[in-house]
Amino acid sequence: MSEEMYKQMAQCIIDGDSDIAIELAKKSIELKMHPLETITKGFVIGVNYIGDQFGLGEAFLPELVMAGEAMKAAVAVLEPELLKLGEAREMLGRVVLATVEGDIHEIGKTLVGTMLSASGFEVVDLGVDQPADKIIGKALEINANLIGMSALLTTTMVRQREVIEELDKEGLRPRIKVMVGGAPITRDWVTKIKADGYSEDAIGAVKVAKDLVGKGDQ
Amino acid sequence: MSYKNIKTISNPKLKLEVLTQDEVKKIHEATLQIIEKVGVRFPSKRALEIWEANGAEVDHEKKIVRVKPHIIEDAIKKAPPAYKLAARDPQQDLQLDGNHVNLGTDGCGVEVIDINTGEKRTSCLQDVRDIARIADATEEVAFHWVAVSAQDTPVEARGLHELKAVWENSTKHVQTESVYNVEEAKAAIEMAALIVGGRDKLRERPVLSLMQCTAPPLGHDGGSLDAALLAAEVGIPTGFMTMAACATTGPTTMAGNLAVGNAEVIAGTALLQLAYPGAPVFYAAAQTASDLKTGAYTGGGPEDFLFGAATNILADFYNIPLSMGSFATGAKEPNWQAGLEGSLSTFMASVVMSDMLLGCGFLHGSRIWSFAEMMMDCEIFSIVHKMMEGIVVNDETLAMESIANVGPGGHYLGQKHTRKHMRELFMPKFMDRRPYSEWETKKDDARDWAITKARKTLKEHQPDVLDENISKEMERIIKSVEK
Ligand code: B1M
Repeated sequence: MSEEMYKQMAQCIIDGDSDIAIELAKKSIELKMHPLETITKGFVIGVNYIGDQFGLGEAFLPELVMAGEAMKAAVAVLEPELLKLGEAREMLGRVVLATVEGDIHEIGKTLVGTMLSASGFEVVDLGVDQPADKIIGKALEINANLIGMSALLTTTMVRQREVIEELDKEGLRPRIKVMVGGAPITRDWVTKIKADGYSEDAIGAVKVAKDLVGKGDQ
Repeated sequence: MSYKNIKTISNPKLKLEVLTQDEVKKIHEATLQIIEKVGVRFPSKRALEIWEANGAEVDHEKKIVRVKPHIIEDAIKKAPPAYKLAARDPQQDLQLDGNHVNLGTDGCGVEVIDINTGEKRTSCLQDVRDIARIADATEEVAFHWVAVSAQDTPVEARGLHELKAVWENSTKHVQTESVYNVEEAKAAIEMAALIVGGRDKLRERPVLSLMQCTAPPLGHDGGSLDAALLAAEVGIPTGFMTMAACATTGPTTMAGNLAVGNAEVIAGTALLQLAYPGAPVFYAAAQTASDLKTGAYTGGGPEDFLFGAATNILADFYNIPLSMGSFATGAKEPNWQAGLEGSLSTFMASVVMSDMLLGCGFLHGSRIWSFAEMMMDCEIFSIVHKMMEGIVVNDETLAMESIANVGPGGHYLGQKHTRKHMRELFMPKFMDRRPYSEWETKKDDARDWAITKARKTLKEHQPDVLDENISKEMERIIKSVEK
């Protein structure tokens, strides 16, 4: 019975169908299935499958994004049950993600967020045009261990440095690590502003993030 | 009409119908429906006030505006169908009249392949000067975009340093996409006024024009809107460019993507007309497909080429000039891909007579400037220019007399008719038509010749200098903006 359910759960993630994901998550609660097992034996299988297919060039970004969203929807239903049991899904890390102030380029940041969530990070995406205090405030509020900042303009990349300087002033590093990215960002720049990590694309960002939170082996 | 040291495409013989009138109407109706029902985001206090005063439904919290079709249609009708882009040298004024395709450089690059060392590095003010100077000498380039960012100048006045550098090194028209907030826009207008002898002369002689990006899907940037409104007030031509990309910032299907991009541009243009009826505006677009594996803005490929041809039909429908992105490529160095993408995008945008083409010189998705690429892109433009002349058929071109003279057999090399017309045949600068053995000894190609040409031009070309007092005044204006 549950085997069949697990299969359906994986499939709805592969199909990127949030409605069915929510429905199946609710049904699993009614059937008193263990929420953590529901996630790991059911939904996660689908996420992993799409991830692998994407790596092979067989699946594309929209499929990955929709699988991520369906996964999120299912987990949102199961989370309260996990809490009741005093358990929590182990996340790789907590990330606050934003495009810096004065910059409205969104797609790259969103893709990085999608990839990080799909790989097991808890991601709070603040959106675009985000000032330093908002980014740092959010990081403190949720006790994040990683701040990710995207900047696509040569005029706004300086904002990445401002956030890092502010963090250093408050003595918040190395507790909070900083990853940066975006079209004009080069390794030189990363060294100059003393960021902890940098990636040229979203897939690379996952590896960098894992390294930064000390989960490089996962 | 011919311009001094500028080659533009005019009186074309080729034609292409990518969209029928019916299809254009469908896209137009979808556009109006989007603006009325879904709405467009205008994150600017000033813009929202203008919309409200003109009867639009304004959601102040979300900054989304929904507008009845007749308001949009009436506003757009106020836009002038033709006007000129003035240049420091009046003999280089460009007509945006639907009968000229004018090529510009691309703009806002972040890295440069150094003209001497060939190494890739961060762009700086000297690059802006060098590129402007070469463009000034190059007949294919009719106007400038600020090609790369002067990253060694202070952020808050960077766009102004760049403008000054271009004006000091060229007499051709300057369009900037690097001025996108009120402070810099104000100063840029003052600087342009210096050249023409007063703010009130800018409407007659706009030596500067502004290009602002929309924020797809269905949005605008606040700073850009405020800068555009300032420009429109003094009669500086202003355009909104959509870059809606299939599958990320726009629908995957091309028609839907055109409708979304059109809604952004048309709503922005209508705003300017509501605020300043009759202000010179243009439609601008660089729509493309996203790469499904990386999300990258491809700026090339068949969708891109089709967008290039479709957009001028939309701009024509609204009867305003178009500035069309062409020559974009994802290639990392001047190579097969760069040549292919540059050629097809430019052909497609030219064959429909886009008024402005942007622009030559870039690699890696509008990020890396290459002088060799610039020169080779110019050659592509020249080829398209030649093709657009089509085939002229008349008594003279049928060449009946020399056909009779030569008869069956023999050759045309000794014919007067040949001598008279031989220079009409296209003479490439960068194509390899040499014997194999010659190539074998040198193993050089277009890229080598192109960079040599760029270096030579930079070394030899002396542009008409800008009046020293104007330069000084510009410097003062820039200083006042710097913190
Ligand atoms: C936290 O850790 C990490 C790690 C990795 C990270 C990361 C964070 N963030 C990104 N990454 C990395 O992973 C991602 C996925 O692989 C990658 O993200 P990317 O964002 O690079 O890649 C995306 C998947 C696809 N790429 C993109 O979406 C960006 C493509 C280009 C063409 C681009 C676009 C599309 C846009 N633009 Co703009 N735009 C350009 C871009 C040129 C280019 N090729 O980069 C650039 C960045 N833009 C530029 C400019 C000038 C502008 N743009 C503007 C506006 C826009 C649009 C809104 C129209 C649109 C964005 C739409 C949107 N909703 O996001 C304006 C600025 C508005 C503002 N205040 O921000 C405006 C100023 C133009 C104007 N006058 O209005 C140029 C910057 C030049 C400079 N010198 O700074 C530019 C290089 C193009 C050009 N040459 O003109 C990696 O960088």
